[in-house]
Order: sequence, then structure tokens, then C-alpha cells
Amino acid sequence: MTDPVIIFDLLLAAAVVALAVASLSVRDLFVAIVLFITFGLLSALSWVRLAAPDVALAEAAIGTGVTGALLLKTLRHLRYVSGTLDRAEALSVTPAAPVPAPVIWANAAFCGLVTLGLAVAFLGAPRSGPGFDALVAEAMPASGVDHPVTAVLLNFRAYDTLMEVVVLLAAVIAVWQIERGLSDAPAPVLGAVWEGFARLTLPAIVVVGTYLLWKGAEAPGGAFQGGAVLAAVGLLLLLSRLYVPQPSHRGVARWAFVLGTGAFAGVALLVAGGGRVAFEYPPEHAKTLILLIEGLVTISIAVTLAALFHGREPVALRSDRGRA
Amino acid sequence: MLDILGAALIGLGTVFFVAGTVGLLRFPDIFCRLHALTKADGLGLALIALGVALMADGAGDVVRITLIWFFVAVAGATCGHLIARYARRAMPEGRHD
Amino acid sequence: MMFGTMPQLTPDLIYGVAGIAVFAIGLVGALCTQDRLRRVLALKLCSVGAGFLLVVAAWRGPPAAPDPVPHALVITGIVVMVSATAVALALIRRLQTLETEDDT
Repeated sequence: MTDPVIIFDLLLAAAVVALAVASLSVRDLFVAIVLFITFGLLSALSWVRLAAPDVALAEAAIGTGVTGALLLKTLRHLRYVSGTLDRAEALSVTPAAPVPAPVIWANAAFCGLVTLGLAVAFLGAPRSGPGFDALVAEAMPASGVDHPVTAVLLNFRAYDTLMEVVVLLAAVIAVWQIERGLSDAPAPVLGAVWEGFARLTLPAIVVVGTYLLWKGAEAPGGAFQGGAVLAAVGLLLLLSRLYVPQPSHRGVARWAFVLGTGAFAGVALLVAGGGRVAFEYPPEHAKTLILLIEGLVTISIAVTLAALFHGREPVALRSDRGRA
Repeated sequence: MLDILGAALIGLGTVFFVAGTVGLLRFPDIFCRLHALTKADGLGLALIALGVALMADGAGDVVRITLIWFFVAVAGATCGHLIARYARRAMPEGRHD
Repeated sequence: MMFGTMPQLTPDLIYGVAGIAVFAIGLVGALCTQDRLRRVLALKLCSVGAGFLLVVAAWRGPPAAPDPVPHALVITGIVVMVSATAVALALIRRLQTLETEDDT
């Protein structure tokens, strides 16, 4: 007996693949980015169907929301620099050289081989094979939280997550260096209706972000999803000009960038100093330590993502939570 | 009983969404399309939210659904406004009003 | 019943095949398009395709809870991907500015 929801799954999977094709084949770059955002939201929906709400939240907030904003901002900058802002279509401005046919064939053969190998490996792999379920379930009581994904992220595989925060830090340092002295496209004027919308939603976004962070201990949510939602506060403030980064804010921004990494590493060293392995939290303090790390990492993520959106360094950015 | 009513409302809401999509695909210019899309989707969203709220377990869920409906509706209206505003600016000279 | 001829048409199979397709599309796009922005988009598609496969690997039948470790890996991957995308886009902006300055 086939579940009737399978039909929905088939349609959703087909839509995801079709949007992927469309976003790469459409001529207008703006349309491509909008299709990509739709693609990301539908992939998030399919991950909900696969019982992965945490991943879906992260994809919707970071992989689609923040990435989409970054792409649109870059497109606007490219059109501004090339002087095509007033054209209706956003076409490619990258100089295109003709590609020799052998290169195309080699590329096609390589892509085909990789895909074929992937398909063979996927279809031949044991379905629902033994994973880490049993190990995680066994260790859950000692983790300090009730939600397995949060336990894995912040306790069992905390090194990965520490490195992830370091990667974010490295990214913002790199962007500041790359964009040094770069001229910026003038920010678009979005009008009174939009400003009203920003004022109305700002407090709600703060509440939702904090709620996601707090809820992460027992249900889907957590530092990354909450941080990305709070980064939206920064984006709204920047776009509506309610907050204009000043050079004097750079110091605060730098502290905010390293706050998460510092707290994470600090806790690890503190625990290691007590005669344990790094990240082997004492069970009675596990929840406190995890929440402490998560809270500080969330602030770092929010500020870093907003800074990545803003880009240029000289006028640095602080996602001004105090005013929101 | 509530479940059946909820399902009926969700079904009705879906009809509005389909109507909005048909309008998006069939209408000639961007303002007609926006008109079809925002009107139909706003109503469809409200009906679906109402239907889901009738099926919800507790008061907390109803509050959450109401909030989701409110913010999606506000965001949708704002997006429609921004698109129309942009399209009006991008139009060739002489067609303003 | 509609798909009685195909045994076990389950969500993991459907989304697994979709994930492979998305990965392949992204790979072709990354290698074959010349526009820089589109290439970044293509790489992002690759990462989503890989995410699909990991989430599918974590999926267990409806009563059983999914494996949390791949989920954590995909979340890490999404955050790393947004960092990489931001750096790539900054490089594109820089490159574009340098090229236009050279022209004039």
C-alpha cells in the first residue's frame, strides 16, 4: 500500500529538480536568484518531509535567506559597477570566451561519471543502515539537553561546531580584507511602506530568534537557526537605514565576531583544565555550559552574518540588538 | 466535526491559491498579475490558517498560527507593494500616472 | 496502489534521486557556465544536493526517529557554505570593480 503523501513527495522532488535546472538556465540573473531562493525553500520543505526540521530551519534561514540576500546584494553591486542598473534585464557582465569543444566534452564526461558513481553508490547502499542512532540515544542522558541534534552539535561533536564558528570568523576577516577600499553601490530607497514593515517586524524577529535559540535544548532549533533569524534584524536595520555602520563601531563588531569562538574555546579549555577531555562537560553543569555557549555563539553568528551582508570593512557593522 | 470543517476550509483556501497562480500565469502585465496573486493568496492563506487553527491541539498552537498568518500576510503585502513600486519606476517615461 | 509495479517507493528513495539530480545539475553548472555569479549558484546547488543525500541517509521509517549525526553535519555544512559563498561573492565584487577600472 503506497502512502498517498508519496504523490506529494514526487511532485515536490520534481519541483526541486526543475527549479534547480531553471535557476541555472534562465537568462536573467535576477530571475535566476529568485528561482534559487524558491528552490532553497522547497528543499527545506522536502527535508521536513524527511523528518529533519532542524536542517530545514537552517536551510531556510541561512542557506536560502541569508545566501539569497548576499546574492541579490552582489548582483546589485555588479550592475552598479557595470552601469546597467537601469536596464530591465540583469544579464551577465562576466566576459565570456568561447570554450573549445573538447573541454565541453571532457566536462560532460566527468559530470556523467561522477553522477553515475553517486547513483550506483546510493542505490546499492543498505537502506536505513545502522548509523549513530543507538550511540546517540545511549549517551543522551549525559548530554545535558533533550534534543539529539543539539546534543550532537554542542556536546558529542563539539569540535566540528567550534571549527564551523571559526570558519565564519575566517569568512568575515576575508571579506573585510577583500573589500577594503571598494566603492559601494548606493543603497536602494525602499519607501515608507517598507520602513513601516521593518519597524513592525523587528521586535517580532528578535522574539522569534531568541525563541528558536531557547527551544533548541528540547526541540528543533538552536544557535545557528536563531542566529540566522537574528541576523535578519541586522539586514533590516541596514536596509532601512535605521542603523548605519560607523568606523567607530569596528571595535565592538570585532569583539562580537570573536565572542562565539572565544566562549566556545574558553569552555573547552576550562573543562580540559579540570582534568577532563575538552568538551567532556561535567554532567551537572552540561546544560548551563551548553546554553552559555549557544547564547554567545548566537550573538556572534547574528553579527557575523549581518557583517557578511554589509561587506565593506571601513565602516564596520554591529547588528544593534540593543535598539531593536 | 471540527476536523471536517478545518479540512473544508483548507480545501477552499487551496482553490484560492490555484486561482491566484492561474492569474499569475495568464494575466498580461505585472500589475494585473500582482493583483491576482496578492488578493487570492491573501484570502487563501487566511482560509488555510483558519482551517489549521480549527485542527490545532491547544490554545498555544492557535496563537502561533495566528501570528504566522499575520506576519506572512504583512510580508506578502509589503512584497507586493515593493514589486509594484519597482515596476512603476522601471517603466518607460511618460507612463507615470 | 498507484505505483504498485515499483516496490518500496519511499520518501528516501524519491528525495535521494532528487538529491543526486540536483548535485549533478550543480556540477554541470559549476563546470560549464562562464558567468561567475551563476557558478557560485551552481556550487550552492551542489551543496544542497549533498545535503539531500545526508538527510536521506539519516531517515528511518516513520515510527523511528532519524539519525541526528548526519543532521548536525548538514547544519554545519550549510553554515560553512554560507561563509564560502560570502567570500566568493566578495571576490566577484572586487574582480568586477578592478576590471571596470581597467577599462576606463
